[in-house]
Amino acid sequence: MNAAALAANALPAPALLEVEHLVVESVAGAAPVRLVDDVSFRLEAGGTLAIVGESGCGKSLTALSLLRILPEPGVRLGGGSIRLAGEDLSTASEERLCQVRNGEISMIFQDPIASLNPVQTVGAQIVEAIRSHRDVPRREARRQAIALLRSVHLPDPETRIDYYPHRLSGGMCQRVMIAMALASKPRVLIADEPTTALDTTVQAQVMALLKQAQRETGTAVVLITHNLAVAADAAEDVAVMYAGRIVESGPVRAVFRAPRHPYTKGLLAAIPTGEESGEGGEIPRLVEIAGTVPRPGSLGPGCAFAARCPRRQARCSQERPELASDGDPRRAAACFYPYDGAAP
Amino acid sequence: MIERLGFWPRFARSPTALFGLVILAAIVVLAIVGPFLYAADPWAMATTPFQWPGDDPTHPLGSDNAGRDVLAGLIHGARVSLTIGIVAASAAVFIGVVIGAVAGYFRGVIDDLLMRFTEVFQTIPHFLLVIVLVALLQPSTPIICGAIAIVSWPPVARLVRGQFLTLRQRAFVESCVVIGMSAPRIIFTQILPNCIAPIIVTGSIMVASAILIEAGLSFLGLGDPNSMSWGAMIGFGRQSLRTAWYLAAIPGLAIQLTVLAISFVSEGLNDALNPRLG
Amino acid sequence: MGRFLVRRLAQALLVLVLIACTNFLIVNAAPGDMVDVMAGESGAADAAYLAALREKYSLDKPLPVRLGRYLGALATLDLGHSFRHNESVVRLILSRFPATLLLMFSALGIALVGGVVLGVAAARRPGSLRDSVISVVALLGYSTPLFWFGLMLTVLMSVKLGLLPSSGMSTIGEDFGTLGNAVDVGKHLLMPAVTLALFYISTYTRLMRASMLEVSGMDFARTAKAKGLNERQVAYRHVLRNAILPLVSLFGVQLGAVLGGSVVVEVVFGWPGLGTLAFDALFQRDYNLLMGILFLSSVLVVVVNLGVDLLYSVLDPRIEVGR
Repeated sequence: MNAAALAANALPAPALLEVEHLVVESVAGAAPVRLVDDVSFRLEAGGTLAIVGESGCGKSLTALSLLRILPEPGVRLGGGSIRLAGEDLSTASEERLCQVRNGEISMIFQDPIASLNPVQTVGAQIVEAIRSHRDVPRREARRQAIALLRSVHLPDPETRIDYYPHRLSGGMCQRVMIAMALASKPRVLIADEPTTALDTTVQAQVMALLKQAQRETGTAVVLITHNLAVAADAAEDVAVMYAGRIVESGPVRAVFRAPRHPYTKGLLAAIPTGEESGEGGEIPRLVEIAGTVPRPGSLGPGCAFAARCPRRQARCSQERPELASDGDPRRAAACFYPYDGAAP
Repeated sequence: MIERLGFWPRFARSPTALFGLVILAAIVVLAIVGPFLYAADPWAMATTPFQWPGDDPTHPLGSDNAGRDVLAGLIHGARVSLTIGIVAASAAVFIGVVIGAVAGYFRGVIDDLLMRFTEVFQTIPHFLLVIVLVALLQPSTPIICGAIAIVSWPPVARLVRGQFLTLRQRAFVESCVVIGMSAPRIIFTQILPNCIAPIIVTGSIMVASAILIEAGLSFLGLGDPNSMSWGAMIGFGRQSLRTAWYLAAIPGLAIQLTVLAISFVSEGLNDALNPRLG
Repeated sequence: MGRFLVRRLAQALLVLVLIACTNFLIVNAAPGDMVDVMAGESGAADAAYLAALREKYSLDKPLPVRLGRYLGALATLDLGHSFRHNESVVRLILSRFPATLLLMFSALGIALVGGVVLGVAAARRPGSLRDSVISVVALLGYSTPLFWFGLMLTVLMSVKLGLLPSSGMSTIGEDFGTLGNAVDVGKHLLMPAVTLALFYISTYTRLMRASMLEVSGMDFARTAKAKGLNERQVAYRHVLRNAILPLVSLFGVQLGAVLGGSVVVEVVFGWPGLGTLAFDALFQRDYNLLMGILFLSSVLVVVVNLGVDLLYSVLDPRIEVGR
């Protein structure tokens, strides 16, 4: 259950999920624009990886590309490999992908009510998930669906199974989604902002549910989130994305305690602690990262963060830094002048 | 992500829209200039009846059952169709905008009353009402335009009302109310400019449907008896369908082409004015 | 549900009353009334005779009184008397009603089925050649005057190929037995129904295509794909089921337009329905009949719209009727 190193030259035994040099591009305009730009990461069996970053950094697209369900034809896979237990999904047939989806890799989405078919009962949708992967008679599938709903702590599953999605709350719908995702005991579960659309109290319940499900089934989890606290609590490893690139990665505690990349440091510093002090009793200003996220396609040859970086040097705007470990092989940062990584 | 181009580049992106515009321009030119270049009177018995197109080079599209020149009829018909189409559509848009704006802005009882009124005109079958109105009030071009306008305004009213209902609640309008701007001023200077785009698109579609309705009217003999319109030509040609079917075919093709061109332009306008990203 | 029905019925009734008033005012605003026409035809313009006629038909009373009497009669389903056909308006309309209904629903059926099939086909491969061809054909159908299409179809099928009869509802004077008669009517029905369907097929195709494309982009379509369903399963089980809803509401709205279109189609094909009846009544200045047709067709539209609303609430579980 160890996290994997990310440097290309430190390769232990093949991981469950290996993504290398993933490129996702948009072909809507005149020239293809890279939305995910050379992203690589690994996930061990049963591990938990959080991919964090601001809205628009490409983390959701990365998740969608793992299942090959990008919103084509406007957005498509532009290159790279996605290896699940050695099999490269980027070149797999559509038939094989249908088997993989919800069979070996499952996904749950951000808005659970909108993610369910409004004119079908939740039971029908779970049964469909079950029967599309295994040859199970309807009655048995319904029994299994009720059992699944019970396992995700949906109250009164025998009745609720015949409800339409709009009659359930957001939290309950997300439980239904989790039940559907776990129906075929997948090896990887991708959770794309699973709690963002929910109330805070419900958020905690859903995250606890995910952890419990993971413990019981040994599923590896990829958690996409912009909430650093959720990532810190739920994940073992983290990859920080910015403008379509991974800028830092490593065990989550280590990265958050002592970030090496200036962007990660800026993100962490921006979290209000309630202890900010103003000068001479003034209202304290919240810390922010100066500037704005660059638009896709407007990046120059250098580091994507260079324009906003407090540590920027001439080299940063000319050369693109690759992920590199410095000392600790489990951590990597894409920066020519990273912070120490040891001291806060 | 995608840069906003100006109106004309966006319009020109669609080949069908350009095609439509070219055809439409050609028809408009034909309508305006045609009678001077090809100065035949469509009602005059110019030659022997039932000449097929191509038989006689001086009458390139042949002649009808009374010896009238088909090409002359086509040119004059273009004038009639385009005029009635544009006038009727403009009137419909005008009525619809007024009613929709008032209903959407003032809401409440006024809205209810106006919507019942709109429902009346949406429920009575349109073409039936048009032919009744035209027949009762004697067919003439203004009456025809008016009748078509009367059945065409409800969709515009609903559209405008919907826009007004949403925009009315926006902050920029509320702030105008608070500073004491008068209602007509708010309607004309604040809200209306923001819903011009869908009104234009709907208006262009109305021109097409007005032309089709007018054609139906003239075919049934309810057109203006002084104008030679395409629908009337088809009506005349109906008697000789077995032998001289070109008499019905040619004007019909003209109608089809015109309406098609207008539809292409409408779609182009829609895409240019409401760009969908990605 | 009950409260919903009652409320809608009350609304419908109000609209119908307004329609009746509107019809009455329109028809009676025309210069010259029915008696003038009758007098003009019979040649007898004797003032006393005209006055007596007017009194007989209550045309000498002031407008509001006549309106009141008309509405009162309407409440008892008395639509007056057609002086032309010398029959009660209601009976006349009902005798022609089935023919028009047959034509209308055949046409709408063709349009709906055709529109769904073509729209789905176009939406499954957006931007492809198939999509472009379907879209252009749909647009062509929309741009074609119905009466002209009917005439051209007649030229092709009746005149040139001799396959189908060019007018009427059945072959007069022949009896082919029940099945044979049905087939005979069917042969007569085919061209008018296809003609009437033309315009609406294009509307449905384009709406279906747009609806399918819009629904395909929704979150639950993505979930369906993530569940491992193949493209066909996603399109038919999830997208179509949701995308078809707007077509259902359109069906009700279109009915009025179809009724109007049927006038022209019936005239072209000599189909003995309400359209030809209305057309004749126009030129014969049979005002009672005209008002009756206008009113009853509006009633039909209202009833069907109500039915469509109920159907919609059954199809879409999110709509809870009665709230």
